[in-house]
Amino acid sequence: MLAPEQNWWRPMGRLEKTWLTLALVWCIFLTIMMPLWYYMGKQNVPTETYRTTAQQFGATVNEFVTKYQVGEETINGITLPVVAPPPGSDAYIRASAWQWYPILQLEKGKEYRLHLSSMDYNHGFSLQPVNINLQVLPGYDYVATITPTSSGDFTIVCNEYCFVGHHTMVGKIIVK
Amino acid sequence: MATLAPTTPWVKDAKDDYRTCPVLTLKVDMHAERLIIANAVMAVVVLAIGGLAALLIALTRWQAVHLLDATWFYRLLTLHGIDMLIAWMVFFEMAGLHFGSTVLLNARHAAPKAAWLGFIMMTVGGLMANVVVLLDPKNTVAYTAYMPLKASPLFYLSYILFAVGALIAVITFFINIVVAKREKRFEGSLPLVSFGFMTAAILATYTLLQGAAAVVPAFLWSLNILPHFDPGIYRNFFWGFGHPAQQVNLAAMISIWYALAQITIGIRPVNEKFSRLAFVLYLFFINLGSAHHLLVDPGLSFAWKAVNTSYAMYLAVLGSMMHAFSIPAAMEVALRAKGFRKGLFGWLRNAPWKEPGFAAMVISIIIFGWVGGVTGVVIGTEQVNMLVHNTMRLPGHFHATVVSGTTTAFMGLTYYLIPLIFRKELKLKKWATWQPYIFGGGMLLLSLGMIVSGLQGVSRRNWDITFAGVVPGTIELSLAVFGIGSILAVIGGIMFVTIVLTSILTGPRLEASKLLLVSGDGNPVLESTKLTEHDMEAKQNQPKGAFVLVLAFLAWFAIYYFTNWWLLGRTWFIR
Repeated sequence: MLAPEQNWWRPMGRLEKTWLTLALVWCIFLTIMMPLWYYMGKQNVPTETYRTTAQQFGATVNEFVTKYQVGEETINGITLPVVAPPPGSDAYIRASAWQWYPILQLEKGKEYRLHLSSMDYNHGFSLQPVNINLQVLPGYDYVATITPTSSGDFTIVCNEYCFVGHHTMVGKIIVK
Repeated sequence: MATLAPTTPWVKDAKDDYRTCPVLTLKVDMHAERLIIANAVMAVVVLAIGGLAALLIALTRWQAVHLLDATWFYRLLTLHGIDMLIAWMVFFEMAGLHFGSTVLLNARHAAPKAAWLGFIMMTVGGLMANVVVLLDPKNTVAYTAYMPLKASPLFYLSYILFAVGALIAVITFFINIVVAKREKRFEGSLPLVSFGFMTAAILATYTLLQGAAAVVPAFLWSLNILPHFDPGIYRNFFWGFGHPAQQVNLAAMISIWYALAQITIGIRPVNEKFSRLAFVLYLFFINLGSAHHLLVDPGLSFAWKAVNTSYAMYLAVLGSMMHAFSIPAAMEVALRAKGFRKGLFGWLRNAPWKEPGFAAMVISIIIFGWVGGVTGVVIGTEQVNMLVHNTMRLPGHFHATVVSGTTTAFMGLTYYLIPLIFRKELKLKKWATWQPYIFGGGMLLLSLGMIVSGLQGVSRRNWDITFAGVVPGTIELSLAVFGIGSILAVIGGIMFVTIVLTSILTGPRLEASKLLLVSGDGNPVLESTKLTEHDMEAKQNQPKGAFVLVLAFLAWFAIYYFTNWWLLGRTWFIR
């Protein structure tokens, strides 16, 4: 707590030097790990993004639903269209307070370009139980290229606070 | 030890207003003393309010109890964030800054009027934020207030008032240091503790400026003066404030670790250069941490995220890992020098576990590093963040850092500020002995409960997760652990507030004659002995035990890190 002597610039001890070296090596390793996974890993954070507006994105979603709708399902008392886009094509999910629209029906092992955008606030796309979490912002069309590797019913939870009805915002992806 | 300034008058031809602290034999400017007291009292007040909110929201998230309705849950969640993460921390840090720039330097407060202005603005801003959140349902926007969630203009105004007040107080810190140096109140380098506070103050300056870049446009937008502000840019600036603000806490906390270790077992930093270098690393790299919150945001490239999230090359993490060795090592050397040399850990067995400052410091270091630090680095790994973003692992991480770490350290230091600055005898000493263990133990359970829930996908800031319809029974269990931990921690918090208030309000006025509080009498460990060069260099005093401890830490770090990559590798393919 009190000021040190004038000359405190002394060489480090052996243990300090060893620990500093170990810690530095670990930090360098942590740094390398991210680009390594970027080139070799199968799970990377999507970066593809386009500017959009609520009107524009909303119109695209409606078009998409009309084109590929295969049925209807009810979540928390609200009836939503079930939409099955062909593998390899663009799929859309619209976030708004407090709904994920529509329900998607995908095929296991096939790739889809999933577009996410918000009509109003920030929302959080949280796919459970596979546990993939992405931020959804208004004005941004965020494209995640996904390949489901498991089948069943998956729930989309909103995990970014979007005012008091936030917890009721639940959607669905079906994988066959 | 550096020479202290001779007792010349502080201001020529002016009446001095100071006392001499009998323990530290330093001059204490009464202006500084009053400022420290005012800031510390406000800190405890907002801690009490935020703590009550904490109990209610925790009992709501504990699914089996589910106390509040949704509106009150989100409202108190907003309040809890503001009072704890901003007000409690910043008020206490201001007390620390006034202390570190005057008392520890044997110097006067050079700008008390400005410092009072800052304090008043912070108080008005802080209280206003509480009132507008409680009264206007529009302001239930969480403390992050992400645009385009629109709060009332008063909400943003309260943030601005608080931040400008804090900025003014931080500026008086720099003025004090310059004046003290010029008036030769101390010679040579700043003491390490003040050096750490200096790091905190520099971080605070640009943190607050970035906060202005987010909140001022939001304020103008809420008044309909500014038509549009990009929500992504808001997030970037908000976290330019929100994340480095936690690093201000970090720098202040580490300074306090050094201070507590010195107060309770009389350490000397093993190598001043090593410890100071670690602070400098924070200064240069920690501001990049804003990116930690944007890792799964649209519109940002991999390169931008990877460089920023890793603090250029984990160099700020390196700083923390250096302190993680430096402080235990200094403790070990000091205790070995006092004769506890048996085996690798004989010094630990004989450490003063009943002294609250020591217990608080050790708990703070362990939970901060082993839980908070490790989970933080893992969350900040670009790809792994996809598994974690906005799940309960997030609050699990930062409750381990800011609460178990920073708050426990602040509480520990308060026990010594009461005799030194408030000049009151500490009351309820037995309580004080237990308080760090109860609070720390509760917080540890709370953090682990949150982390394990988050691993199972439970999202944060969510009134009722059962809506999701994907709730396995194990989540009920981890949320119960979280709930029980929160109750324990709140008991620890109530004990702390009670001890402080009882001491301040009912304790007799007392000039402290020694630093130790609880277990000092007749205990050779705690009798303050000065460490000589010989003690520091002697072969049998080398910190071998601390070295083994950090190796174990590194092993745990690696295990947790790789487990997360393994979990990521099991999920859907995504790019």
